[in-house]
Amino acid sequence: MRVALTVAAAIFWGGTAAAQTAFVSNEKDDSISVIDVKAMTVANTVKVGRRPRGITLSPDFKHLYICASDSDAIQVMDTATLKVLHDLPSGEDPEQFVLHPDGVRLYVANEDGNVVTVIDTRTRRVIGQADVGIEPEGMAASPDGRVVVNTSETTNMAHWLDADSLALIDNTPVGARPRHAAFEASGRRLWVTAEIGGTVHVIDAASRAERHVLSFAIPGVPKDKIQPVGLKFSADGRLAFVALGPANHVAVIDVQSLKVVKYILVGRRVWHLELTPDGARLLATNGISGDVSVIDARTLAVVKTIAVGRYPWGVAVKP
Amino acid sequence: MSRLSFLMALVLLLPPSAVRAGEIRIAWLSMPAAVGRAPSVLDGPPPRDLGLAGLRLALADNNAGGRFVGQSFRLAEMEPGAGVAERLAKEGIRFAVADLPAAELLRLADAARDSGLVLINAGAEDDILREAECRANLLHTVPSRAMQADALAQVLVRRNWKKWAMLVGPAPEDQARAAAIRRAARKFGARIVAERPWTYTRDAQRGAEGEVAAVTRDWSYDVLMVADETNEFGDTAPFNTFDPRPVAGTQGLAATAWHPAHDQWGAAQAQSRFRAQAGRAMAEKDFAAWVAGRAVGEAAMRARSVEPSRIAAMLRSPDFALPVYKGRTAGFRSWDGQLRQPMLVGWARNVVTTAPQEGFLHPVTDLDTLGTDKGENACVSR
Repeated sequence: MRVALTVAAAIFWGGTAAAQTAFVSNEKDDSISVIDVKAMTVANTVKVGRRPRGITLSPDFKHLYICASDSDAIQVMDTATLKVLHDLPSGEDPEQFVLHPDGVRLYVANEDGNVVTVIDTRTRRVIGQADVGIEPEGMAASPDGRVVVNTSETTNMAHWLDADSLALIDNTPVGARPRHAAFEASGRRLWVTAEIGGTVHVIDAASRAERHVLSFAIPGVPKDKIQPVGLKFSADGRLAFVALGPANHVAVIDVQSLKVVKYILVGRRVWHLELTPDGARLLATNGISGDVSVIDARTLAVVKTIAVGRYPWGVAVKP
Repeated sequence: MSRLSFLMALVLLLPPSAVRAGEIRIAWLSMPAAVGRAPSVLDGPPPRDLGLAGLRLALADNNAGGRFVGQSFRLAEMEPGAGVAERLAKEGIRFAVADLPAAELLRLADAARDSGLVLINAGAEDDILREAECRANLLHTVPSRAMQADALAQVLVRRNWKKWAMLVGPAPEDQARAAAIRRAARKFGARIVAERPWTYTRDAQRGAEGEVAAVTRDWSYDVLMVADETNEFGDTAPFNTFDPRPVAGTQGLAATAWHPAHDQWGAAQAQSRFRAQAGRAMAEKDFAAWVAGRAVGEAAMRARSVEPSRIAAMLRSPDFALPVYKGRTAGFRSWDGQLRQPMLVGWARNVVTTAPQEGFLHPVTDLDTLGTDKGENACVSR
């Protein structure tokens, strides 16, 4: 009986884990690598538009949105059939985006256009545009859905936009070349990574004032090779993971104390991060080495490196 | 009288030509470029907006960010020559970006010595402007010949190609170039095993096949260095050496601040933004002028002020850090006003690598292994 239960549990657990699928955009291969997370192997590689970068999943995980930057389009892929269903109008050179908590509105950073474009994913129409600084990049939506933040890489600011009216609420200067922005789950604070500044800026969301600047030091790594890009909070919100680019490490930060607790060695030029929906694994894309590091989110150790295409950029995982 | 009405009265008293509130004007000064005596048939005449197009892009970039903080930037194209310092002062312009010959730059820097002008050199590579003839009001965004030679030397030495032969062209600037290459060889442990001036006076395009082979036949070396800024023979040197040897220096493998094939660290965005605006690829002088304009914009934003003296102080601050699409921030050296920045080392079609190269150490920053460092530098004016 106990054996049968264990077997049943194993099958059940194995079943859910086996269904976990990671999508990785390969910027220089114009393709998406589809990874079987349990087997930790590439199950499929799908050709998409030119220079795919930011990718994200719909709340029901049925659709994968892909920024095909050089095709000036956002493609919508069916995650079951892996077929591209249609393109969304995107504005020029879409690089990153964030899906609003309403699951409908997609806020896109148009890197060459110096604007943020809002797309209604149901009607497939552009419903608004907001002027921001030069080279818009990072995008974040507050958990309550009221505010959308964009970072501009050359203006070096975080721009706070009213999610509905698109009115500019405020601008917070941050370090050089801000790449990525993310709100804590509580919505209390916004974190922004600054690639060339080598810093992470923790900003109070209510006052939009900077509260803390994190910097990094890894023995044997020159300071200016530490270039923070991707950022992801752990499932319980206690840890923040920061991809440090050509430093080839992921920093693990205690969110409470704002102290670095560990540096995890990964592949070359680590770019973006994503957790599996169960929070157990952290996936990191390594651009130059062309692979994905699979990190155990509890032990903070790399368990496997999976070769993908050339210049893996974004990553998204469905259960 | 309330303070407000007093201020309003003060505003009314200002002459109409005065600078608008929150506005920073940046002047552009250049002279028509002299066309090289023996340019490649592939090169058309130099673009008329060389340099200027880079500054225009910088001002557009500055304005895109400046509007969020109430700062705006406006270009003022000025004719260089006598009286330009007075004209700048009269117009209240305190920042000027220039692509001018060294003598002309010095004349302007000296004439504007007491007017608070910050003059940014985006064209002259002369080492002497960073050394004996440096000026306190003169900054440089274009790399010096010493920086270029040092960057190239690091790449060659790291590859263990340390025995250099050198051909030196007939132009006066070729002598300066050769001096920088000799200095870089000493600095990084390379050796110049043979050297000759290029004296062939007939058309090199037709005669180089025999001439370069004849000149290099008896030499034993790893790399042929060419110091030929007017391209008298440099383009014809590759594949014409007696032994199979790579060519580097002013032609072949060269070190520059910018390269049309550079696309790392966000440079792809800068290249496409420039191309959309200017209708051509971004050249090194365009980049130098872009950096100059962006430096003023970034300093104004960081200083949160349009007050010229505050912007000037921020530009010279040791903490001033400007991203320049090369993976590391740039800033001005306190001892000679030169912008410290990574260099791109490549040939016509590709960026091969960047400098500083790994392993060339420095107590403060390895970016200062390129060019004359504090202590060895002869600049005494500041």
